[in-house]
Amino acid sequence: MTTMQKLLQLPVNAVNIVKTVQSQVQGQEEDKSPVLTPDSGQHSWYNALQPDELRHLRSGGTGGGGGGGGDQEERAPLEEGGGGGSSGGTFQTQPLRHDDLKEMLDSNKDSLKLEAMKRIVAMIARGKNASDLFPAVVKNVACKNIEVKKLVYVYLVRYAEEQQDLALLSISTFQRGLKDPNQLIRASALRVLSSIRVTIIVPIMMLAIKEAASDMSPYVRKTAAHAIPKLYSLDPEQKDQLIEVIEKLLADKTTLVAGSVVMAFEEVCPERIDLIHKNYRKLCNLLIDVEEWGQVVIINMLTRYARTQFLNPNINESLLEEGGGGEKTFYGSDEDEDEDEEEKEKKAEVAAMAKRKPYVMDPDHRLLLRNTKPLLQSRNAAVVMAVAQLYFHLAPKAEVGVIAKALVRLLRSHSEVQYVVLQNVATMTIKRRGMFEPYLKSFYIRSTDPTQIKVLKLEVLTNLANETNISTILREFQTYIKSMDKDFVAATIQAIGRCATNIGEVRDTCLNGLVQLLSNRDELVVAESVVVIKKLLQMQPEKHSDIIKHMAKLTDNIQVPMARASILWLIGEYCEHVPKIAPDVLRKMAKSFTNEEDIVKLQIINLAAKLYLTNSKQTKLLTQYVLNLAKYDQNYDIRDRARFIRQLIVPTEKSGALSKYAKKLFLALKPAPVLESPFKDRDHFQLGSLSHLLNAKAGGYQELPDWPEAAPDPSVRNVEVPEWTKCSSREKRKEKKVEKPFYSDSEGESGPTESADSESDSASGSESGSGSEESGSGSESEESEEGSESEEEEEEEEEKDKKKKKKELKKPVPETESEQSSEEEDRKIKRKSKQRKSDSESESDEDEESESESSQSESEDSESEIEVKKKKKTAEMKPPSKPVKKETKKEKKEMSLLDLDDFEPAPSPQVTPVNTFLSNSLVTDLEGLSLSDSVLSPATIAPSSVLKNYELLHRITGEGLSVEYCFSRQPFSPDANMVAVQMQFTNSATSDTKNLHMEDVKLQSGMRVKEFPEIELLSAGETAMAVMGIDFCDSTQAANFQLCTHTRKFFVSIQPPVGELMRPIFLTENEFKKEQEKLLQNLGQLMGMNEITEKLTLDAKCRNEHAIVQRVTTAANLSRVPCGSDKECSPPVPPPDHPVYRFAGRTVTSSSLVLVTVATKEEGAAQLTVNCEKMVIGTMLVKDILLALTQ
Amino acid sequence: MIHSLFLVNASGDIFLEKHWKSVVSRSVCDYFFEAQERATEPENVPPVIPTPHHYLISVLRHRIYFVAVIQSEVPPLFVIEFLHRVVDTFQDYFGVCTEAAIKDNVVVVYELLEEMLDNGFPLATESNILKELIKPPTILRTMVNTITGSTNVGEQLPTGQLSVVPWRRTGVKYTNNEAYFDVVEEIDAIIDKSGSTITAEIQGVIDACVKLTGMPDLTLSFMNPRLLDDVSFHPCVRFKRWEAERILSFIPPDGNFRLLSYHVSSQNLVAIPVYVKHNITFREGSSQGRFDLTLGPKQTMGKAVESVLVSSQLPRGVLNANLNPSQGTYTFDPVTKLLSWDVGKINPQKLPSLKGTMSLQAGASKPDENPTINIQFKIQQMAISGLKVNRLDMYGEKYKPFKGIKYMTKAGKSVLQRMHIVNCK
Repeated sequence: MTTMQKLLQLPVNAVNIVKTVQSQVQGQEEDKSPVLTPDSGQHSWYNALQPDELRHLRSGGTGGGGGGGGDQEERAPLEEGGGGGSSGGTFQTQPLRHDDLKEMLDSNKDSLKLEAMKRIVAMIARGKNASDLFPAVVKNVACKNIEVKKLVYVYLVRYAEEQQDLALLSISTFQRGLKDPNQLIRASALRVLSSIRVTIIVPIMMLAIKEAASDMSPYVRKTAAHAIPKLYSLDPEQKDQLIEVIEKLLADKTTLVAGSVVMAFEEVCPERIDLIHKNYRKLCNLLIDVEEWGQVVIINMLTRYARTQFLNPNINESLLEEGGGGEKTFYGSDEDEDEDEEEKEKKAEVAAMAKRKPYVMDPDHRLLLRNTKPLLQSRNAAVVMAVAQLYFHLAPKAEVGVIAKALVRLLRSHSEVQYVVLQNVATMTIKRRGMFEPYLKSFYIRSTDPTQIKVLKLEVLTNLANETNISTILREFQTYIKSMDKDFVAATIQAIGRCATNIGEVRDTCLNGLVQLLSNRDELVVAESVVVIKKLLQMQPEKHSDIIKHMAKLTDNIQVPMARASILWLIGEYCEHVPKIAPDVLRKMAKSFTNEEDIVKLQIINLAAKLYLTNSKQTKLLTQYVLNLAKYDQNYDIRDRARFIRQLIVPTEKSGALSKYAKKLFLALKPAPVLESPFKDRDHFQLGSLSHLLNAKAGGYQELPDWPEAAPDPSVRNVEVPEWTKCSSREKRKEKKVEKPFYSDSEGESGPTESADSESDSASGSESGSGSEESGSGSESEESEEGSESEEEEEEEEEKDKKKKKKELKKPVPETESEQSSEEEDRKIKRKSKQRKSDSESESDEDEESESESSQSESEDSESEIEVKKKKKTAEMKPPSKPVKKETKKEKKEMSLLDLDDFEPAPSPQVTPVNTFLSNSLVTDLEGLSLSDSVLSPATIAPSSVLKNYELLHRITGEGLSVEYCFSRQPFSPDANMVAVQMQFTNSATSDTKNLHMEDVKLQSGMRVKEFPEIELLSAGETAMAVMGIDFCDSTQAANFQLCTHTRKFFVSIQPPVGELMRPIFLTENEFKKEQEKLLQNLGQLMGMNEITEKLTLDAKCRNEHAIVQRVTTAANLSRVPCGSDKECSPPVPPPDHPVYRFAGRTVTSSSLVLVTVATKEEGAAQLTVNCEKMVIGTMLVKDILLALTQ
Repeated sequence: MIHSLFLVNASGDIFLEKHWKSVVSRSVCDYFFEAQERATEPENVPPVIPTPHHYLISVLRHRIYFVAVIQSEVPPLFVIEFLHRVVDTFQDYFGVCTEAAIKDNVVVVYELLEEMLDNGFPLATESNILKELIKPPTILRTMVNTITGSTNVGEQLPTGQLSVVPWRRTGVKYTNNEAYFDVVEEIDAIIDKSGSTITAEIQGVIDACVKLTGMPDLTLSFMNPRLLDDVSFHPCVRFKRWEAERILSFIPPDGNFRLLSYHVSSQNLVAIPVYVKHNITFREGSSQGRFDLTLGPKQTMGKAVESVLVSSQLPRGVLNANLNPSQGTYTFDPVTKLLSWDVGKINPQKLPSLKGTMSLQAGASKPDENPTINIQFKIQQMAISGLKVNRLDMYGEKYKPFKGIKYMTKAGKSVLQRMHIVNCK
């Protein structure tokens, strides 16, 4: 911006401030010329800067502070170019006045609002102040357009802190959003609400977080976890309450939540390590499926946890380590023997203690190591690093090696990643050199590396050097010295020096090499060599007087002050080795004294003093001359030194007792310097942390605690298994299995927070291991893991054992069921392969299972399960000889009884609607039936087996009250247009629940609900039934309402599958065909619009009439059209080879016909046709039936 | 965790800022600029810079510094890895990640950053999920949006966010179902002046472009999976299956992604497919030096070595070079002393060479540094490690996809041959 413009600006602004009052009057005029007219462009240009100017006037140099003015100038050209930023090019060069933006925001058109918001966001992005638009923007917080809304959120979060009062206007919108049925909206409302840093709303935030923490949707719960640290940073007073929420969320079983809540834990209450106990095993088991960022946080936290809870796995190896200590003294750095002695004692003590009690690794410790190991293969460098540091800090010495390969792999990544990894490798190489030795060549330096990487690689190479590889390393170093990067060359010379001090054998070689470098043409190289040689010589000066002589000659050429100073110091220190040269050097130096640098001058004085003391005859005058020169030096340090030395060395009558000791003072034996790695002892910081990288404690760093002397009670991690006395809850547990082999995850909206009740099976498996003594060994716990896995399988098997019978691996999976089905597929494949492999071991496995199962205090159930499983297995293994075949068949039948989903009273081609509702008593009857054959748990035939049960309220969310519902398919008597919903209330709490009723029904327009009669009392342990009616208006929209007890209210929703939106009707085949034709012709030219046809391959088990009919009627409430029953019209024909099945029904509300035809063909191929006026219903129905028939 | 993000261009201007917690003044970047000034090369700016109240963690990509401001302890790699993910996402969305592209799409950038981090903690970083939340800008969509005022922002929670396969979009449909896999191997090596290999390693990746309808479940098997002993996977790969059977089984994300990367380390013998012979001599008393370079192919299994590019940083004392290439073109920059020779394809019958003289600066002493030669090349249809894909099967969907596999070997960042300058008396 030119000064001219700057000058112009202020007056215009001044005018503008005055004008603001008038602007309202002018408003009309501006209305006419909307937003952008070319002539107003110039005018608005100047105004656009106004807020910035004003801010500067107001703030008076705070805030933007530092580069305020300069910044402004830098930004100006940006503003010119950047203009509207995001959008079309036409607007770019004409920045708008804020008045115009306000106007756009006030308009009714979403597109204008969007445009305005985009510009505002662009302003924010460039760091321009847009806070004066706050009132205009905040009005749009409830805008219907989702993008506008999002951008308003962005704005709000940015400026709410500055405009607290106005921000409050938006709060109610978010509160409303928190109750929205759409989980995305609930989550984003909570996100924004918690991001607004306005202290007044802390209570509201607290409430919202608590509510969201028990939301149905795991995504919302994740958002709640994210909100916790936000609230904490806003108001640390809330800590106690927040810890409660964290505790609750830590118990969550979904992988989605785990990472976020641990992050919250780390920020709010990292010291409350006790909260982890109960969740430790679950976290270990979920780890592999948590998203990568969560993995990093969890692994880092677990490292700390393990350090407090387990014993040092290397405790027995301390004896060996002592040997390592001996090695150290061998290399000559034996300056602190006493300390070593002490250490030895300590070690001996520890070793003795260890001997008394052999070390056994806690199975939980092993679990952590085992479950983190696969993550070394992660694509995310941060995850790999996290695992590496975990192994470094926690694993037994013998196992740490596995991380080296992964870390070396990271060296191929971006240079920033390399930088961090190398820093950590450098620290590791000091403690565990052997680990990286095989990868020595990976640390060779390439000329294309950035200097900082080169220096770090040098560090690692130096740490890795030992007698065997030193010659290769030195040869490599030699080539580095010829590099063009001088900083790097200097670092290499220092590295050579360090190798020489560490490895005695090569000291002479190195020294010779360095001396050769003294003739190098590059002064920097020479200087660095001198400094390093000085250090080396200090270790054994007697041998090397010729080197010192050589260096004395160099004073003529070397100009680098540090090098000159080093040479002078050397000559002074060892003047007795070079008695002839030393005085001559002093002479030369005295000549050039005035032109030297300060450090050189100081060393000249030192040299003079030392020579005076040893050889005063030759140097007395020279010394005095030098001291005189120094006396008048500009630098007071030098003047002081000269005065001090003169007093010390030149004896006068005034000089005190000290001068006697001058020789001792100056020529005392100085200890040789210890050249050690800057990375030594860095490992007391947790590796991979910021603090480690900086070698300084960063804010919020949690110390890595030392191993405890004795392990704390390991039983705190045991999770008590709740009694599964009620079959319904048992059932639920199976539905909600969290542990899945690999792709485990939450199951969508369905799973509300579960507390510790359904602790994963594998944990219980290892639990059983923890009891046994020898489980410390890896193989043992491996086994117990296997056991637990197959246990899992077993449960899954129950769900779909029928599928398991099938031998094909491949199976078409229709789109609709997407993830789940494919996942099942996956599991199945895995299980199969596993089974094949472990068939021989299966027996022993099972034994173990039964053990672990029994530990769950539900022996009855589980044993029976196992029995069933065993039977199945034996059945499978038996060769298909004839008599056995029969048995298997029988078995199969039995299994189908077990199969929950497929078990249904066979619907016969009846005319009347099939009443499939079964009372509880019938179930128990059935149970009895099956019991006669094999011991079946009641759990396997829960009432749910008849009609599909859905969960309305989980036991945990409902604080003991659980509610399930099913569509009973009975006509709802009060209103025929309603779908009957049968609800079953179970009170598993210890106290009674009173006044169960529903309230606050929220429905889509047109929908109606007939509430169920209030249940006055539901005492503890009781179960009650109620029926309600819902008119869904032929849509699958959910009905939301509140379920109220005398104490609490729960938000619940019922969403019908499309198949339940219809009721069966009776049609004959002819009528069916007529109706079908009618339907087709209805729309004339749009024929086919209400017919949907899909080809499919029938499931292997579903190729007979019975199965097809059963499956279709399960999927949808239809009745079958009896085939060939219209004898009057069609002559009796023998049943065709490829029969056609027809089903008919009407939608409940609008009574539209729904006709379904399944035409079978050869080899399981079939064609499904659905005719329905309501296209949406038709489409959904096709999907559902397709699914039912192909599975 | 991550407090704020500043984007700084090559000339040191902050052109975008985003705050996830309270606002951090942009003056905090002054510390960064200081470090930038101190560093001789752009890539020498330390990735982590402590300041009195904050820590700055930065990455440099496409000549833009992404500077994250953090306030308390956090694993530095966490931030670095995330920043790289941000860059990858931008690249995915806009094709390129340049200052201009970011400025043009500043609103999308802002929306993306808003979704990727919540309170400084990563929220959604999976490209498939982001694309459902915020649709990438295309010319057509931009046009339509300006006219109709419709939005780029999805209204529904991407199902992937909740599902067991968070990396895949749902409801994917293609008319042509195709899956392409590129096996690309890069060699990095250091070769000593006599031509023998000091260290060589292969970094391989399998990049996939999968455009398949529905929820396909793919398995990919190799002829020689033993080669892959150091692998990192995309999260979609079922790890246990790999452990047990050495088969890659996965439900792929939609579109482009990196399926796995592997590392064949220096323990295995790696053959470098090209060799360089060089001879550089300076004579005492003359300011001229002789320069002679010859390239040749080696163990390429009959495949042609293409796009060969040789570059070398000559010693500072060299004033100019007067060379004569037998094929291709060469340039010598007298300021940076960078010699580069674009050779093209190597013809085994007639080996390419570059001969001529170099002149030293008047009075300059003979160079005693040894330069290195960096060689770039490409070989199509071959994976130098010998890795071969056996077959690709698809389960879970009924259609027959088109499958394609391509192999390529190229030089990595550094195939370096050390040179030796002979100074004759």
